[in-house]
Amino acid sequence: MTRCLLTALIMVGALAPSVAPAAAAAAQVVVQDPYLEFRSGPGRGYPIFHVVDRGEEVALVRRRTDWIKVRSDRGREGWVHRSQLERTLTPQGEQVRLAGPTPESRMEHRWEVGLVTGDFGGANLVSATTSYALTQSLHVRLDVSHLLGSYSNGWLGTAGLLHAFMPQWRVSPFVSLGGGVVHISPKATIVQAEDRTDPTAYAGLGLRGFLTNRFLLQAEYRKFVVLTSRDDNQEIDEWTVGFTYFF
Amino acid sequence: MDRGLHVFLLSAAALGGALMTPAAAAQDPTGAASGTPQVVEPQVERRDVKPPRIDAENFEVGGFIGTIGIEDFGSSTVYGGRGAYHFTEDLFAEATIGTAKAGRTSYEDLSGSVELLTDSQRQFTYYDLSIGWNALPGEVFLGGRRAMPSAVYLTLGGGSTRFGGDDNFSLVVGAGLRLLVTDSFAAHLGVRDQMFESDLLGEKKLTQNLQFSFGLTAFF
Repeated sequence: MTRCLLTALIMVGALAPSVAPAAAAAAQVVVQDPYLEFRSGPGRGYPIFHVVDRGEEVALVRRRTDWIKVRSDRGREGWVHRSQLERTLTPQGEQVRLAGPTPESRMEHRWEVGLVTGDFGGANLVSATTSYALTQSLHVRLDVSHLLGSYSNGWLGTAGLLHAFMPQWRVSPFVSLGGGVVHISPKATIVQAEDRTDPTAYAGLGLRGFLTNRFLLQAEYRKFVVLTSRDDNQEIDEWTVGFTYFF
Repeated sequence: MDRGLHVFLLSAAALGGALMTPAAAAQDPTGAASGTPQVVEPQVERRDVKPPRIDAENFEVGGFIGTIGIEDFGSSTVYGGRGAYHFTEDLFAEATIGTAKAGRTSYEDLSGSVELLTDSQRQFTYYDLSIGWNALPGEVFLGGRRAMPSAVYLTLGGGSTRFGGDDNFSLVVGAGLRLLVTDSFAAHLGVRDQMFESDLLGEKKLTQNLQFSFGLTAFF
């Protein structure tokens, strides 16, 4: 018991100094807006309980989505929206940059990650997708999909290119092209179960539209050709819709 | 030999002269400009501009434990992991994995020795990906002096459930209460319905699998 307590004490002791410098290292800024409104929580609905005037120094403690926890020099802590801190300066007079999504980020972003669901030749599909923008209209894309059908299940992994024709438009058509591997295993209740893994290639057509400055809604049709080891290649239609977040 | 070296040096000098002339001509105007004496010598020190770094905590990771009612197979203890990314104060994406050991159907219990599923087929495991909406943000008051930010959220998503030896596409609808105990730790109370089609007991039907859980997560 004593040993347990001792270890606990040592652990707390070891943690304590590591916490203190982190708190001290919070960025110090000077308020430039007429005032900062301190809210009790990270959201627009939380009540304002304190106000700090222009010229005062505050510390930026942590950030959650668009809300920043701020500590005044009198020790008060509250959550302030990013928009009220955009014009703050560091004590040296430098502009504080608190990056947020702007309409330009629609064009300038590099990475996209998304969740997609749909139909793959009659089977349900759940997939995670990620893409990297080489130019504003050309993206390299990777997808991993889980196929869940009535008679068989499987996995599909693809890599390809996506070309958006009018990336500056709110809704832009695109084409895609790529290849990958599909693994199908018939369900346990079906006799003559035999797993198959085959290479596949696809060509697709779709629409992507900006919902906000961070989200895309993407709908796509892809035609897959599965290069089977049998006599005939198999053709599969895929319809999907999904949300994509970009940063 | 000596004459050869002489010719070489001469041609080198001639080449050097030919190259020097345009370069010298190009330098001429700058030379004229630098000829005027400079009144003030600027002494600007280059400052290292370091934008302040703020610890952004939009990821939430943790675990949960609870009870799940697996249709026809009784209710069992379920536990698993949960990860979320908060896009805005309203929206987040959530990934969940969980596992439970299904019980026996009433038919198996009544008949005594019949076993519909093997031990490994009774393992109920799932994963799903959801989009969540903080529908009712608010505060929870404990006593007179302590208030904790909270949110009632709704989730909708899809995933896969492995049960009876097969993977099944499942649709998940959920609701939960998130309580920020500190700025970095949250407690969750959740309820969700996991729906998937199953033909384990002969006829194909949509099964409803309700889960109640308690979870703890950390933001980082």
